[in-house]
Amino acid sequence: MYVAVKGGERAIDNAHAWLAEERRGDLNVAELSVAQIREQLALAVNRVMAEGSLYDPDLAALAIKQARGDMIEAIFLIRAYRTTLPRFGVSLPVKTEDMACDRRVSATFKDAPGGQILGPTFDYTHRLLDFALAAEGETPVVERGEARTEPTPHITEFLNKEGLIQTEVASEETPGDLTREPLELPANRPLRLQALTRGDEGFVLSMAYSTQRGYARNHAFVGELRIGKVAVEMEIPELGFAIEIGEIELTECETVNQFQGSKTEPPQFTRGYGLVFGQSERKSISMALVDRALRWKELGEDNLGAPAQDEEFVLYHSDNIQATGFLEHIKLPHYVDFQSELELIRKLRREAAENLAAGETSVQEAAE
Amino acid sequence: MTAENNRRTWMSLLAKAPAERLKALWQAYGADPAFHWLRTPEIGATMVRGRLGGTGAPFNLGEMTLTRCALQLESGEVGHGYVQGRDKQQAEVAALVDALMQGPAAEAVETAILTPLAAEMMAAKTTRAQKAAATKVDFFTMVRGED
Repeated sequence: MYVAVKGGERAIDNAHAWLAEERRGDLNVAELSVAQIREQLALAVNRVMAEGSLYDPDLAALAIKQARGDMIEAIFLIRAYRTTLPRFGVSLPVKTEDMACDRRVSATFKDAPGGQILGPTFDYTHRLLDFALAAEGETPVVERGEARTEPTPHITEFLNKEGLIQTEVASEETPGDLTREPLELPANRPLRLQALTRGDEGFVLSMAYSTQRGYARNHAFVGELRIGKVAVEMEIPELGFAIEIGEIELTECETVNQFQGSKTEPPQFTRGYGLVFGQSERKSISMALVDRALRWKELGEDNLGAPAQDEEFVLYHSDNIQATGFLEHIKLPHYVDFQSELELIRKLRREAAENLAAGETSVQEAAE
Repeated sequence: MTAENNRRTWMSLLAKAPAERLKALWQAYGADPAFHWLRTPEIGATMVRGRLGGTGAPFNLGEMTLTRCALQLESGEVGHGYVQGRDKQQAEVAALVDALMQGPAAEAVETAILTPLAAEMMAAKTTRAQKAAATKVDFFTMVRGED
């Protein structure tokens, strides 16, 4: 029940002023600039862009500053800003095979053409706190090798040549857009991938982990994981041709999953796919695993009743802005709702007490 | 076709250029051609698409910001600016460069702005590729036991 209530304006203004002061923190400590956040907290910026569903590192950095580092609040700010932007068009599908790879590894093929490129990874670090970072800011000299100029081919294409992996049939079908129309079920794979790429990293990670632990059997190999920049092309109507309108960093993960075959498909490897804004490796692998689990129907697999196979459960709970909006609203005033609950519980208690009293009287009467 | 290809190339370069560098090179070039707006700079977004498995059907990945404008020089050439991000000045410079590239100043603009910009962006790209190459794994096999 909603009833207009006035009051609290002064308290709200004062609370927001205090928030601004707390955000700034100790004035003896230098203030963070948006550029510092963009450059030095780049992976946080990437997460805000991916889940905020808007690629703009400066805006994401600003949102992180404004949100005091609360990632979901920052994502909320970006989502809200995004809705104010007119849409100029849609890009041509990005060509990830042309990616300038900073990193590219395969867990399935040691000698993949193009090689195993580790890139700037946390892998193989000892996860020991580096106290030198708390002191001075010197960075080591980075070694250089011979730059690869040719594009790096997708690893699954090699399996594809032998026909051992399910092919992704190219099409130019216009995909549904859940930022324009509400999500309806059953969703097709393009819609599922859109929901997953902007889904909460923690949620998608947990869903993916559940499939590894046995809730929906699909043992995944990371066929390929690549991170780097790709050009974004868009048709410009007034020009009549496409130009590159920018360049974005992406993380792409393709999993290779064993598949015994089904009534409709021969035994072959199948794929899970993850593609996420920025350097977002954990999210991208998670997305690929959940994508694969959700494909059970189209591959003719059994529904094992696992949470990660449940499209409705996954897609309706992956969005952290929807989730936090509904969750956090319960802390806002519900005085009238609660008043009626209070009335109800008092009434029930009164009735229960009367019944009890009446019962005792009748027992007494029976005894006499 | 070649003209279209060329225009595509320079517009793509201007769209991806670091805003500050483009503006600095424009300032150094020192031109201030008279023009009128056909469309004043406007910030918006485009939906970026990917493909299932990298090669299959398209899906919507998320949006990116971009800024566009269009102008006409007094000499008649129409320039379009489409740049990544939210810098209206960059879009204006991009449109001016696009317009000038269609007229008699093309060679001078190319030498002063496009060529150095392309070289710098290529150098930055090469540096990253070189650093990536240094992290390429060289496998060697551990020989065990007697042969």
